[in-house]
Amino acid sequence: MSASSATVSSSPRPSQRSRRRWRISLADIAQLVAILLLAVFILVPIYWMASTSLKTGNQTFAIPPVFIFEPTFEHYREVFAEGVVTKGLRNSLIVATGSTLLALLLGTPAAYAMARFDFRGKASLWFWIISNRFISPIVVALPFFLLARDFSLLDTHLVLILTYLTFNIPLVIWLCIDQFRAIPREIDQAALVDGANQWEALRTIVLPLAIPGIVVAAILCFVFSWNEFLFALVLTRAEAKTAPVEAANFMTGFGIRWGAMMATGTLIVLPVVVFAAIVSRHLVRGLTMGAVK
Amino acid sequence: MSEAHRDPTPAADLTLARPAWRWRRPRVDRTPVLMIAPAVIVLVLIGVYPLFYALRTSFQLYQVTKPYLGTPWVGFANYATALQDPLFWSSLSRTGLFFLLTVPVQIVLGVAVALLLTSTRWRRLSGITRVLLVLPIATTPTVVGLIGRLVYNRDFGLFNWALGLIGIPPVNWLGDSSAAMATIALTDTWQWLPFVALVAMSGLTSVSPDIIEASRLETNRALEIFWYVQLPYLLPGLTAVLIIRTADILKLFDMIFVLTRGGPGVATDLVSVYVQRVGFRVFDMGLASAQAILLLVLCNVLAQTYIRLFYREIEA
Repeated sequence: MSASSATVSSSPRPSQRSRRRWRISLADIAQLVAILLLAVFILVPIYWMASTSLKTGNQTFAIPPVFIFEPTFEHYREVFAEGVVTKGLRNSLIVATGSTLLALLLGTPAAYAMARFDFRGKASLWFWIISNRFISPIVVALPFFLLARDFSLLDTHLVLILTYLTFNIPLVIWLCIDQFRAIPREIDQAALVDGANQWEALRTIVLPLAIPGIVVAAILCFVFSWNEFLFALVLTRAEAKTAPVEAANFMTGFGIRWGAMMATGTLIVLPVVVFAAIVSRHLVRGLTMGAVK
Repeated sequence: MSEAHRDPTPAADLTLARPAWRWRRPRVDRTPVLMIAPAVIVLVLIGVYPLFYALRTSFQLYQVTKPYLGTPWVGFANYATALQDPLFWSSLSRTGLFFLLTVPVQIVLGVAVALLLTSTRWRRLSGITRVLLVLPIATTPTVVGLIGRLVYNRDFGLFNWALGLIGIPPVNWLGDSSAAMATIALTDTWQWLPFVALVAMSGLTSVSPDIIEASRLETNRALEIFWYVQLPYLLPGLTAVLIIRTADILKLFDMIFVLTRGGPGVATDLVSVYVQRVGFRVFDMGLASAQAILLLVLCNVLAQTYIRLFYREIEA
């Protein structure tokens, strides 16, 4: 009895479901339009930057705006020939890579210790590290400027690398604690039993297993360092200027070179957007220091 | 010693080689300390020492452009100046206005976007859009400002052209002091609405489909299901967003610096932009430090609230 009723009730379902799949209601169309509008809202500014970097001056100022045109790479040639932006990009690369590597070097052992050991004051240490996320850069920028001047570190890569550690170390520690906790303790205990010390266990056993989390931390550090502006603006003059500072310089002076400016913007944004898309699932975790997973 | 090493039982080796009383102290495991110390020392040097340096500077007369004045102690004079400075207060109240113009809108729209993308039947499209949401968050804020300069341009900007299509006459979005605040709020919303949406989506996906199914038996009204079933799952994430966005608005500098430099006049002069100007245009480090310390107190309150709410129990 029950078996027959089950077959009776289940047999119409698939057909019903498939029929529903092909019938599009008004609400579905409204949703489709809303999603498309959202996508347009997100993409238009980025598309407009990229397309303007490929337009001639007349096309840039055209009203109505030109959407379809023959691209020219003139602005990119111009930007590369001048070398200022290229140098800025190189400085950004040096600073972001340097700060990321240093943050990983200092942060991963600390994260490992906090994931594996109990000690007095651990909670306070943890809270203090998290609270660095909330400090306004301008608060640190003023004393950093004076200190860097006294140590004649202004306009060097080193001062920016160190400054960026203020947000990179907390980020690495937070993300890696999470990662290390996900690795069973038994694995490093096995290594300890085999005669390794804690450092060897970390280096040879745990770190290789933690690579996914460490890569995410590294990418986020790189993205945040690459995008940083305030510190770079006040701590550099000429030699160590990063790409965002060079880009902002397009706004000063007489007659804005829109094409070159947008080419620069595209060059700056391209690597971070690619990186962020790779770690898109972890971006929110990085931005909220793990409060949202 | 070499005989002891050949001993097949390592435990016996330890007790034989080490007289208990002499070795007890070094046996305390220093490894965690050695692992944490470098990071903490660096963080103290770059994160705490500068704050004390700023605290010290805030009690000094420190005009970088007038070195002949020296740096005499002036007590609380800088704080008095800061607290009586109408520009400092107005920059704070503008920051508050900016907060009201952005965060509530971003939270409401962010939740709406999350509901749309998680509930829609256009799965593939919503999947693609979910990845697109990452783009504004990752875009360098300085470049966002530059794009704004282009898009909001009164004469050839895309924005005015699009508004013209629906019959709205051109507005000087960056040059008109009443429009400029709305312009930077819109720009901030472009960049951070996706963040709220992603947070809300992770909250919504944590609601088990069974619960939704069960609540469908009670009511067919989507609004009721949202309010009584889904919203409780969203609240922790949205609270996190609220605090983080508040802190980020206190930090906000780059996008505004490029887009309006706080202008026209002081129309978009938010607090970070103002303090930066006092410090690095006027070069009054004493006053700027006092303002920064006041700002730091505010940041700290936010940090403490965040920690209380989200990391109450620390899992070891």
